[in-house]
Amino acid sequence: MVHNYEFGLYVFMLAALLGFELVKRVSPLLHTPLMSLSNAISAIAVVGAILLTGEKDATRLTRILGFVALIAATINVVAGYLITDRMLKMFRKREDEK
Amino acid sequence: MDTLLPIIYLIAALGFILAIKWMNHPATARRGVIIGEIGMLLAVIGTLLRSEVVEYQWVLLALAIGSAIGAPLAYLMPMTSVPQLTALSHAFGALASALIGTAEFYKNSPTGFTMGALSMETLLGFLTTTASIIAFGKLQEILPTRPLTYKGQNFVSLTVLAAAIVVAGMMVTGQTAPWMFPTFTVLSLLFGILLVAPIGGADMPTVIALLNSSAGVAAAAMGFVLDNRLLIIAGSLNGAAGLLLSIIMCKAMNRSFTNVLFGAFGQVQTGGGGAAPRPVRSATPEEAASILDSASSVIIIPGYGMAVAQAQHKIREVFDILSKRGVNVRFAIHPVAGRMPGHMNVLLAEADIPYDKLLEMDEINQDFPMTDVALVVGANDVVNPLARSPQDSPIQGMPILDADKARTVMVIKRSMNPGFAGIDNEIYYMDKTLMLFGDAKGFTASIAKELTATH
Repeated sequence: MVHNYEFGLYVFMLAALLGFELVKRVSPLLHTPLMSLSNAISAIAVVGAILLTGEKDATRLTRILGFVALIAATINVVAGYLITDRMLKMFRKREDEK
Repeated sequence: MDTLLPIIYLIAALGFILAIKWMNHPATARRGVIIGEIGMLLAVIGTLLRSEVVEYQWVLLALAIGSAIGAPLAYLMPMTSVPQLTALSHAFGALASALIGTAEFYKNSPTGFTMGALSMETLLGFLTTTASIIAFGKLQEILPTRPLTYKGQNFVSLTVLAAAIVVAGMMVTGQTAPWMFPTFTVLSLLFGILLVAPIGGADMPTVIALLNSSAGVAAAAMGFVLDNRLLIIAGSLNGAAGLLLSIIMCKAMNRSFTNVLFGAFGQVQTGGGGAAPRPVRSATPEEAASILDSASSVIIIPGYGMAVAQAQHKIREVFDILSKRGVNVRFAIHPVAGRMPGHMNVLLAEADIPYDKLLEMDEINQDFPMTDVALVVGANDVVNPLARSPQDSPIQGMPILDADKARTVMVIKRSMNPGFAGIDNEIYYMDKTLMLFGDAKGFTASIAKELTATH
């Protein structure tokens, strides 16, 4: 029987190696948007925050912590994706839009 | 619904992986953002539909508040403030991880492996929060950008970190005194401040990339605590991306992590006023314009000074005029130019300069000897030929742009003050170098005006 955390460690290892390989191929031109995009993706913490905040019998402490965490994570998600898109819109080849 | 959830999370994870993959080229990058957004939307909707989520009013209120703050932040910040916004964004994400870890601790009081992961999550979460806030302060210039140092600093910082790890170790082995978790929290927050305060402004590219990485690892650690694979995948993708970027930054300066984090680099301003001023040749905008006009190839080297002066739009005017007259104008971008990885590219793209004219160091360095004019705008250490010399210096061995090999070098600069590394730049004293003293924006505007007047 494989423990859950053991399974998790395999996932972690493979995802990290995949991350390295993918990021290596990213053009230095796009390093800033890459950083804001990957930051927006790691705001997946939003999932944990929803679970805490929405729980039926949460104590006052966990509800407050979850609520604040959810606001923070949502800011991270929304700002992260929007700024990435705003930056990428500016990258154009010559005379693309004229 | 709960049986469908693993599939929804799996698709979300696939979306995140494709998002990073499609970032490899400007042509597919926006598709990457869309697939990443879909992944996030699926993850959020899937989570909202889980049977244990019932108190919707709180969840929806928090989502609404977060969006109401996040959207204007992304749209109203000027492009020059992207490094600040990124630092702030890291702080929010890391704070979320840390608070969730804290709540999980008080809810389940875990031990063993789960507590180990939880310690990692909260340690990295809290330290990334305060470290990112300090980085934000330095980038926004609310805090001094020079390193803040005192004697025995590294010893104090590392002691604080060690103490946090010891307390975490005690909690992992099952000790549960009520003072432990709050102490651990305070130590983690404190370490974040101590870590970034002594780091200078121009080392921010490495620091931001590292904080990006640690925010990701905090999210991955949360995945272990909550036993959620999607969190592990998304967090480790981000962790790997940030780490790789910071390695690239360190290599581009020929320095180690230890040197960036604990070297308090750039604090000594040597030889600033002591030595007698050496003679340099300077030129007026008219002279600069006529040299550019008669050139057939020009390479522009932007640096942080261009961002500070907001000179990118005026540079675009010069670029347009010269390109129309058949001059081959290109840009040479050093990996650490600016305050975050890729900073110069974003600013030049904002000014509507086509991205195929923005070349990285390895692509363009061999072209300098055949180039008529190298125009340096607000860059310094990245064109200092001293880096090639075996002589011991703070920038020894750092890969540089070979601007000094061009037929003529022009440098737009406010004064003769040294750059971040605190050393003099030989390139200013060469016979073929012309110093263009003035504000980058104002000077470039004058050049553009002269160029238009001559035809």
